[in-house]
Amino acid sequence: MPAVSKGDGMRGLAVFISDIRNCKSKEAEIKRINKELANIRSKFKGDKALDGYSKKKYVCKLLFIFLLGHDIDFGHMEAVNLLSSNRYTEKQIGYLFISVLVNSNSELIRLINNAIKNDLASRNPTFMGLALHCIANVGSREMAEAFAGEIPKILVAGDTMDSVKQSAALCLLRLYRTSPDLVPMGDWTSRVVHLLNDQHLGVVTAATSLITTLAQKNPEEFKTSVSLAVSRLSRIVTSASTDLQDYTYYFVPAPWLSVKLLRLLQCYPPPDPAVRGRLTECLETILNKAQEPPKSKKVQHSNAKNAVLFEAISLIIHHDSEPNLLVRACNQLGQFLQHRETNLRYLALESMCTLASSEFSHEAVKTHIETVINALKTERDVSVRQRAVDLLYAMCDRSNAQQIVAEMLSYLETADYSIREEIVLKVAILAEKYAVDYTWYVDTILNLIRIAGDYVSEEVWYRVIQIVINRDDVQGYAAKTVFEALQAPACHENLVKVGGYILGEFGNLIAGDPRSSPLIQFNLLHSKFHLCSVPTRALLLSTYIKFVNLFPEVKTTIQDVLRSDSQLKNADVELQQRAVEYLRLSTVASTDILATVLEEMPPFPERESSILAKLKKKKGPSTVTDLEEAKRERSADVNGGPEPAPASAVSTPSPSADLLGLGAAPPAPAGPPPSSGGLLVDVFSDSPSAVAPLAPGSEDNFARFVCKNNGVLFENQLLQIGLKSEFRQNLGRMFIFYGNKTSTQFLNFTPTLICSDDLQTNLSLQTKPVDPTVDGGAQVQQVVNIECVSDFTEAPVLNIQFRYGGTFQNVSVKLPITLNKFFQPTEMASQDFFQRWKQLSSPQQEVQNIFKAKHPMDTEITKAKIIGFGSALLEDVDPNPANFVGAGIIHTKTTQIGCLLRLEPNLQAQMYRLTLRTSKETVSQRLCELLSEQF
Amino acid sequence: MQFMLLFSRQGKLRLQKWYVPLSDKEKKKITRELVQTVLARKPKMCSFLEWRDLKIVYKRYASLYFCCAIEDQDNELITLEIIHRYVELLDKYFGSVCELDIIFNFEKAYFILDEFLLGGEVQETSKKNVLKAIEQADLLQEAEHNWSVLNLE
Repeated sequence: MPAVSKGDGMRGLAVFISDIRNCKSKEAEIKRINKELANIRSKFKGDKALDGYSKKKYVCKLLFIFLLGHDIDFGHMEAVNLLSSNRYTEKQIGYLFISVLVNSNSELIRLINNAIKNDLASRNPTFMGLALHCIANVGSREMAEAFAGEIPKILVAGDTMDSVKQSAALCLLRLYRTSPDLVPMGDWTSRVVHLLNDQHLGVVTAATSLITTLAQKNPEEFKTSVSLAVSRLSRIVTSASTDLQDYTYYFVPAPWLSVKLLRLLQCYPPPDPAVRGRLTECLETILNKAQEPPKSKKVQHSNAKNAVLFEAISLIIHHDSEPNLLVRACNQLGQFLQHRETNLRYLALESMCTLASSEFSHEAVKTHIETVINALKTERDVSVRQRAVDLLYAMCDRSNAQQIVAEMLSYLETADYSIREEIVLKVAILAEKYAVDYTWYVDTILNLIRIAGDYVSEEVWYRVIQIVINRDDVQGYAAKTVFEALQAPACHENLVKVGGYILGEFGNLIAGDPRSSPLIQFNLLHSKFHLCSVPTRALLLSTYIKFVNLFPEVKTTIQDVLRSDSQLKNADVELQQRAVEYLRLSTVASTDILATVLEEMPPFPERESSILAKLKKKKGPSTVTDLEEAKRERSADVNGGPEPAPASAVSTPSPSADLLGLGAAPPAPAGPPPSSGGLLVDVFSDSPSAVAPLAPGSEDNFARFVCKNNGVLFENQLLQIGLKSEFRQNLGRMFIFYGNKTSTQFLNFTPTLICSDDLQTNLSLQTKPVDPTVDGGAQVQQVVNIECVSDFTEAPVLNIQFRYGGTFQNVSVKLPITLNKFFQPTEMASQDFFQRWKQLSSPQQEVQNIFKAKHPMDTEITKAKIIGFGSALLEDVDPNPANFVGAGIIHTKTTQIGCLLRLEPNLQAQMYRLTLRTSKETVSQRLCELLSEQF
Repeated sequence: MQFMLLFSRQGKLRLQKWYVPLSDKEKKKITRELVQTVLARKPKMCSFLEWRDLKIVYKRYASLYFCCAIEDQDNELITLEIIHRYVELLDKYFGSVCELDIIFNFEKAYFILDEFLLGGEVQETSKKNVLKAIEQADLLQEAEHNWSVLNLE
């Protein structure tokens, strides 16, 4: 390299940088910078026109100041002037300043775009390169508008230089990422695909990145890239290490390109048999090479080689179709688990996590359990230990659950604070999922509270209570165990909560033993009372009133406690109210009433905590009588979770006690509809009379029902149509109420449901004809039984024909039976969500929509809509708390489809980005359409 | 790749390159957080960590840390070698590069990076080709420089 330049082109800049470096304090530095800023400002404002060199120097100084972390609010115009200089270095500095400091000053953007346009048209490859770099660096929407049409032409033109092609490809990629709608697909796409055959490996590398990004969203358009990519890859992996000259990196032929090609292939399912054979050969070659002795001792050699290997393994896992390759991949990763390089151990643990969920390799992954447990105990880096926890969780099944849970529990004693809560959740989920013997489950959870009580979230201890209440075989054991655990002089408050709740329900099961007589139980709990927080005390008060019912012999003792000033006059209004009400209840109520009010809690509705288990589990077809339970279940979710709030411990009339399960609105009676429809009318009121094929506003009304089930579907001066519907799994029932708003009879009243042939095969509707006469002011009801056979897109049309006062009336509306109605919400932990999310990453599974907000962007309303849509709303899953994520399962007769969704609001832009990932493309597509209309 | 940061052991930022649109405030926040996180790690630890929903790949060369943020499906090891190749390019250009070279010739460091990575993707992996592009620019600069000096007389 010649010793030219290297900045000595600008002496003033070097002097300034030295000055800054010599500053002894922050204050001195700021002083020096302010002095320089004043100097530059005066130069820029001065009468003397600056020459290009000075302008360049000052702009460069400004840039340096900005990069030190100071704000720069001038100089943009001078930088823009530099863009149109004929001198390369001036132009270059101008572009650098714009790339680093651009803001959306629209006037400036127009000037910048103008300069770029000139450079692109200059046919000088160096200038074209600078202009393309600038577009790629800024990537703003304005630039996309100006250049997205032009760049594809440059990219595929026959006479474009290779280096310009490379820049153009990546420039287009950047624009496509920011503004996909502005990049038009067209003839150029097939020519871009053929760049995979280009002689210049740099061009192939850049083009592969572009094609991968485009193929993710337009798989059909780019599917010819698959065979080209495979043959290119094949040529690379079989080449000798010197064939590719400068594209060989530490004896590895074209590692970057190989990784990119393998990544591109992950956008597609396994290719046709002919191509597939060749691809399998490539993958086998890559796996074989891993076994060969290294060609160099340098870490760069092993990194590059293994980068290709890991990408190949990702592709094998993605295809999930070649058992032989999967098992080989697993063995290879197994070797890495014991490698001396920490990086490789980390990646092997991570990659094995996804292998564990393939049925072909699950067993092979399990054979490494001892190594993984050892990693948990001996790895010195917390991020590696975290991967080990993830892998243990992923490889857990019924055969090894006891061992894995035990190891995780013992690790928890010394685990880093940052990952304790996650481990607690994982242990709790595994203990529940694989419990054969529920005494083991109870022991495990109590151990969790003992070891890491502070990290045991409410969900965990709510869950143990639900399980104990639902399984009478474990209740006695649970009561005995918590009683013993509470003997410890210092026990965690969460244990007091669990103990209080369980003894309140099942203390009688151990009261026969004189060592745990009612009075001893009470004294034990009450000894903890004063050390506890208000919610726990409230829960304990409920336990006491339950004791009054269970054990009449301690009634007076408990009444004395309730009567004491510290309770009756407690400063906390909730505690005071409970004390007053419970005391009164225990005094006035007869034994029978007490027994009824304080009855044992009814079983909780069953629910799963993991979507994976739920997907595998086929539920039997449900009956329509389950509808009410489904509704209650769904409403309970609306209220923030299925778990009992401590306040709901007993069925007392306390106004603040939200009774479990009943806290939700009572199930809607399937009976008489509101006679005037008055309750429903106020939902909306626009509706001119209509006799058209589809009534005006029908689409709007339709959209309103996507996230709710009841309301007025249609109204004109004559007729009002109201709806009430309920759905459970793949079945539903809809009540349609036709209200005659006039005082005259409707005659020949005939509602008909119309489904296209396509829809008919996927959605089965059954109903009975209604009475053809509807009296003035009367309302008739029609019941439609619905079965979702397979996923569907269209909606049925409800056509109503009748005669009114001699005129024929004909109304059609779309009936809001939409795919999302067959959602069952699924709660899951962050880890599960992301694991599942990763598994659904092929382009066919994901559908994304970016759209403008149509309604004010209100968090609570958005939450309610997502819940109304039918998925569970998962809190604390997305690292960005402003985002919403949801999960659920669409039930159809033939299959169940797991669905994950993520909604990212952008308040500034008043936009949303909605992403749906499901195992079925049409489902992702339809759900995305439906939900996009809601915000 | 979403962004690349170069910072010193004292936590001073030497180069920043962002491939996703973020506000200045957000950039500063991310930088502060990451510099702190990475500097707190011990030498033998692994070069990857999870951070927000991104993967961080970092490596230390003498007094400088090179730190890249990549997305979930991106390849960690090849990113590590992206860093290494960039260091090689700087080294070859400056002739055993040190932190001072990057401070005093920050604009060159940016130009080299732009030839190597564009829009967060590798543009040209051949060391020869990247350096050829930079050399050409230097020759242009040389020519212009002489010319402008002559012109002043």
